[in-house]
Amino acid sequence: MIPAPVDYVEAESADAAIAALTQHGDEAKLLAGGHSLIPLMKFRLATPTVLVDIGRLGDLSYINDGGDHIAIGALTTHRALETSALLQADAPIMAHVASQVGDPSVRHRGTLGGSLAHGDPASDLPAALLASGGSVVAKGPNGERVIPASELFTGFLETALAADELMTEVRIPKATGAGWSYQKFNRRAQDWAIVGAAAVASGNGDGTRVALVNMGPTPMLSSAVGSALSGGASAADAAALAAEGTSPPEDLNGDAEYRSHLARVLVKRALDEAGS
Amino acid sequence: MTATESAPANVVGTPRLRKEDPKLLTGEGKYVDDIHVPGELWMGMVRSPHAHAKISSIETSAAAEMDGVHAVYTGAQLADMGLWIAPLPCAWPVTDDMVNPPHFPVATEAAHHVGDIVAVVLADSRYGAVDAAELVDVEYEVLPAVASIAEARDGSATAHHDLDSNKAFHWPLMPDPDALEAAFASATHVVKGEFVQQRLIPAAMEPRGVLAIPSPAGGDVTLYSATQVPHILKVMIAATTGLPEAKLRIIAPSVGGGFGAKLNVNPDELLAVTLANKLGRAVRWTESRSEAAFSTHQGRGQLQTIEIAADESGKIAGVRVHIDADMGAYMMLITPGVPLLGSFLYTGVYDVPAFGFTCDGYFTNLTPTDAYRGAGRPEASYAIERAMDMLAAKVGVGPDEIRRRNYLGGGGPFENLETASTLVFDSGNYGPSMDAALEMAGYADLRAEQQRRRDAGESKQMGIGLCTYVEICGLAPSRALGGLNYGAGGWEHAVVRFLPTGKVEVVTGSTPHGQGHETSWSMIVADKLGIDPDDVQVLHSDTAISPLGLDTYGSRSLAVGGVAVAMACDKVIEKAKLIAAHQMEANADDLEFAGGAFTVKGSPESTMPIQAIAFGAFTAHNLPDGMEPNLQEQVTFDPPNFAFPFGTHVAVVEVDEDTGDVSLMDYTAIDDCGTQINPLIVEGQVHGGIVQGVAQALWEEASYDADGNCKNPSFLDYLVPSAAEVPSMKLGSTTTPSTSNPLGVKGVGEAGTIGSAAAVINAVCDALSPYGVTDIAMPATPARVWKTIQQAKGGQS
Repeated sequence: MIPAPVDYVEAESADAAIAALTQHGDEAKLLAGGHSLIPLMKFRLATPTVLVDIGRLGDLSYINDGGDHIAIGALTTHRALETSALLQADAPIMAHVASQVGDPSVRHRGTLGGSLAHGDPASDLPAALLASGGSVVAKGPNGERVIPASELFTGFLETALAADELMTEVRIPKATGAGWSYQKFNRRAQDWAIVGAAAVASGNGDGTRVALVNMGPTPMLSSAVGSALSGGASAADAAALAAEGTSPPEDLNGDAEYRSHLARVLVKRALDEAGS
Repeated sequence: MTATESAPANVVGTPRLRKEDPKLLTGEGKYVDDIHVPGELWMGMVRSPHAHAKISSIETSAAAEMDGVHAVYTGAQLADMGLWIAPLPCAWPVTDDMVNPPHFPVATEAAHHVGDIVAVVLADSRYGAVDAAELVDVEYEVLPAVASIAEARDGSATAHHDLDSNKAFHWPLMPDPDALEAAFASATHVVKGEFVQQRLIPAAMEPRGVLAIPSPAGGDVTLYSATQVPHILKVMIAATTGLPEAKLRIIAPSVGGGFGAKLNVNPDELLAVTLANKLGRAVRWTESRSEAAFSTHQGRGQLQTIEIAADESGKIAGVRVHIDADMGAYMMLITPGVPLLGSFLYTGVYDVPAFGFTCDGYFTNLTPTDAYRGAGRPEASYAIERAMDMLAAKVGVGPDEIRRRNYLGGGGPFENLETASTLVFDSGNYGPSMDAALEMAGYADLRAEQQRRRDAGESKQMGIGLCTYVEICGLAPSRALGGLNYGAGGWEHAVVRFLPTGKVEVVTGSTPHGQGHETSWSMIVADKLGIDPDDVQVLHSDTAISPLGLDTYGSRSLAVGGVAVAMACDKVIEKAKLIAAHQMEANADDLEFAGGAFTVKGSPESTMPIQAIAFGAFTAHNLPDGMEPNLQEQVTFDPPNFAFPFGTHVAVVEVDEDTGDVSLMDYTAIDDCGTQINPLIVEGQVHGGIVQGVAQALWEEASYDADGNCKNPSFLDYLVPSAAEVPSMKLGSTTTPSTSNPLGVKGVGEAGTIGSAAAVINAVCDALSPYGVTDIAMPATPARVWKTIQQAKGGQS
């Protein structure tokens, strides 16, 4: 398919991008790696009138040690995450989950910020962010603010980012040596998850966080599993609650019953692997 | 397998890299979409969003007024312009009373499937044409849609509102109904399988596309089309448009795969040619990937019922088959013939004393079906091979043993054997094929590991599936096609000519679209004429260069077209021998031809290379009296019989009972395609074919909702597997030369597809057999497998 006509603005800086967003409001869309937006435009499911290309903002591509956390520039590609020694040591779930996104060509262009800002419940990286207890930095005309992962995803393909805000940084608390697991279930290596489960046993008293992929309109933390674990439940008993509070979609890959079952199986596997 | 690049004396049978590949792999191949001419107009198709609807009105003015739009035509306007004299052709009216509703490139009164073209826009850019098409405002009166074979059979709605029924034809193959009845009446065991051959979307790497260029002087049109069948297309365009054949030139440039989906005569091809001719400007179109689910025919689409009657030991007494076949909305070029191509193979590789087959064709309001890799034969192989496993279970023997008990010829070598389905199989030797496959797969160890997992109650169970297939290739003896009401012959044409420099030019009517004809034909010629294969140039795919041909489909190229090339070489040698005898002052009977030179028997010093003779034939200074100059011969080969390749495949799957996930752990294939010309090409064909069949078993299905909308027209949801999904395959071969042609070749393009779907589903069912599962529908998705396990467990408790 072929996208509808659209104006194109290349942002020279984060501030210029924010200014363009402020000017065009809802009509504008940020273009980073383009791997979520461009397909929607080609099917004419998204018809922005202005594309603000932030793909060349090299200063938003970095992976730095932030002390108690790892700071990742929003335009860092999945490939950079996947191969980062810093992440592999201190936030290994992020590096691993990045390696599970799409195929190599997708991972070389797709960006962490783009994936998180798109807010697709079937995407891998939002679950990793949630399970890690991370946060994102949003920059707008009035300055910066930090949004915790648990408050970022507000609805189907909707986030707490305002129309004139740009995500600049993603912060992942260090989980050096902590148990973790990502269980992605799909039919082909390159596909989105039919269901996925991410678990991080933070080891700092927070207990184990479990996030679910494609079990509702947004990427989500499983509070039922988390509460059960905090209350001393076994992995098996906690995992049995994995479908609670979810509203899984129905499509050619499976109905709600099957997805609920998968969530229980995958959470069990994730908890076992994370050593919870 | 290691390929060699050198040119040994005998190249046939050695693995050689393809001479086509450097160009294709470095992006130098020119596909239709790469070719541009000044002033070209892009077509944008206005397609029906409804599966069945009357066209109430079409408002085109907004589109016509758009910048860059040249014209907008509705179906009614095009009909008035007199661009065609006949509907799109169906070359295979399988019965005299087959229903064939008229099908014009653009619908005039009603649309009969989602994507049926109702108007066409011509604009000066591709995007402009698509934007303008969106502005065409069509009002529809939506009619009830027939969205499945079951609904078509039910008949409460009809796919064409002016027809009383959806049934298009009834076709029987009943050699001896009484014997069949008797076989079932006296059988100890009867098994019955009911299988769904889901619709498949062919997904060639290059989508279809057309570019029609009128000659500046008018009256002639050159059509570039991503087609498998330029020769057939030329005849059919002439017949449907009234344009003289001599005014049409069809070129298939680099074509990126076809798998049957590019052997049709399509609305876009007729529109491009007639509009270019009318307007005096080049007209083009390239289908988008999502459009392809509607603008290119689909494959499969059958409901099969197969019954086997057998005696106590499992020896088959009779096979009875009925299929209901989904034609889709219209009869395309060979739509109704596809089930017939399979009909003769429902007896598989087995000695079946009594056989009967019936097929009912039905219209639905879905994209038309037609040939897709294997065309009728994978369906047949699937049905009989699934049913054989059911029979094995009933008799209580292994799947290998039930097959051995029933092989034609007792599992030993045979030639020219008449079967119950009335065909004469050229040659076969099925027992050693099974032996080799089980050996290579490590069958005994696999069974032991399977048992270990079962005993341990592991959640990941293993299944082993066998399939012994046979296919009909080398399409086809022209008389046999005539007997089936097919509208053309099955011969193939070749010219072999020596050029003055000693190089050889081959003109073939067989049209490659990825098979490697240039390499294989060069190897045949090199060995025949004793020259370097790199000295052979193969010309093809352009009706001005190769005016005679019947193109590429049905694994026919080598067994018909390649044989024609070999026979033309023989004629070249015959003529060269007369010239050599004349110039060497020897008796032709005393000359030997070997290593590219004629030698007088007993006088090895008296020798003359064929290149020298070719130059002599060119100068014509010293030829025998009355001989025509030049060394060039042609052959049209009409095969006396089909060829019947066969093989045994072993699929090993792991089924995760917790998730229903099926992963292909191992795959072994022993194929016998007769004499092999280039084993490297054979391997490539088998690899691709296997994956295409596995795709049907595990991943692919065109899904439709109740209104006839395709739910998965994009690669997001239509799951074509990649290399990551399949294991490294273990391939081997046996060689049983065909008796149908002098090269002993059989064809291999479809073989993998014909064996693999049944092998994989047999393996899945084998894994689940402890639960009493005897069948699972394709594709065996994780959700489907998991639910099947749950139901089976529920049934046990």
